[in-house]
Amino acid sequence: MVNLTVDGKNISVSEGTMLLEAIRGAGIAIPTLCAHEAVSRSGACRLCVVEIKKGNRTRIVTSCLYGAEEGLIVDTKSDRVLNVRRLVMELLLARCPESEVLQKLAKELCVESQARFAADTDKGKCILCRSCVRVCEEIVGVSAIGLFARGSQKTVGTPYNEKSDVCIGCGACVYVCPTGHIEMTSTGDKRKIWGRTFKMQTCTKCGKFFAPVDQLKFISKKTGVPLNELTVCTECR
Amino acid sequence: MTKAISVATKTRQIVKKHGGDKSAMIAVLQDIQEAFNYLPKEALKTASKAMKVPFSRVYEAATFYTAFSLKQRGKNIVKICVGTACHVRGAAALQDKFERTLGIKPGETTKDKNFTLETVNCVGACALGPVVVINTDYHGQVTMKKIDKIIDKINEGGA
Repeated sequence: MVNLTVDGKNISVSEGTMLLEAIRGAGIAIPTLCAHEAVSRSGACRLCVVEIKKGNRTRIVTSCLYGAEEGLIVDTKSDRVLNVRRLVMELLLARCPESEVLQKLAKELCVESQARFAADTDKGKCILCRSCVRVCEEIVGVSAIGLFARGSQKTVGTPYNEKSDVCIGCGACVYVCPTGHIEMTSTGDKRKIWGRTFKMQTCTKCGKFFAPVDQLKFISKKTGVPLNELTVCTECR
Repeated sequence: MTKAISVATKTRQIVKKHGGDKSAMIAVLQDIQEAFNYLPKEALKTASKAMKVPFSRVYEAATFYTAFSLKQRGKNIVKICVGTACHVRGAAALQDKFERTLGIKPGETTKDKNFTLETVNCVGACALGPVVVINTDYHGQVTMKKIDKIIDKINEGGA
């Protein structure tokens, strides 16, 4: 066990626990966008910043990536933390002014859009946190999407913006996206994502469309379960 | 590049030369670019399969570095240094001159596929500024007059 102080409260957590979990476990709220239980941490959104004190020095760290240490003094509400978080929020808001998630979060943090950060009109709702790319690689295992180019040109997508032949249409990227940037439309027997249209499979019991055929084929290939056993939706199983 | 060898075969040879290891991806991409003057889509797809790296990861690397080009480029690649030292010594005027002489903007290729114009941020030869790199030749203290001579020389030299 590791003992540390969070906002004056003494807490102890098991070794290897990240500060974010330790702080939330102590009942203190920390805003985050990119920290998702399904994917590895990246510290991309930088909203989870806290101030830590070791000896006489304090520094700002992303709590989602910083492991709890013995005797650490954590401040989640210092002026410095709130200043940094406000600035990060202002920049995120300027990048994706149309994102409802960011608008809501900004309101909670009492942040308004700033005239000095000209609002982007071409970035969509993407904050480039790479969560979708991670889930596609780590959980799904197909790596159909990536973040291409760099700097202000950086965008998420499929290589050459073409229909991906490895994408299985599972929609994990849509699920994990914190801001709702990725578009997926499901109408009847078709699902459209990343510019490609997938044929949906009907459940052999209830007759509802429940998953893309390509996804079931992929699962069948990966697990060795015959395809005909997978054509029953999760509700009927 | 001999026409007999296909893009895919040549790419596989390059990957093999680097041991098929994915950690050599940048070196592989550099060699592909050297072989074809740019990164053809087919080469990237072949390399991704041969190195067992997802295509999206290869494309990420290829689009990240400005040294890689995904578009077909000309026979001669003109890189004008527009770094601080060269800028102070008049790189902007040189760029203007190249743009007018060749009739293209940076990033573009002439219709006869002879020249591609690029700007780079520093070539590490600031004492020679303004620097223009044409293919592998470094031209230092370039002047307007020198540009005409350089272009004429390339045009004569079997272009």
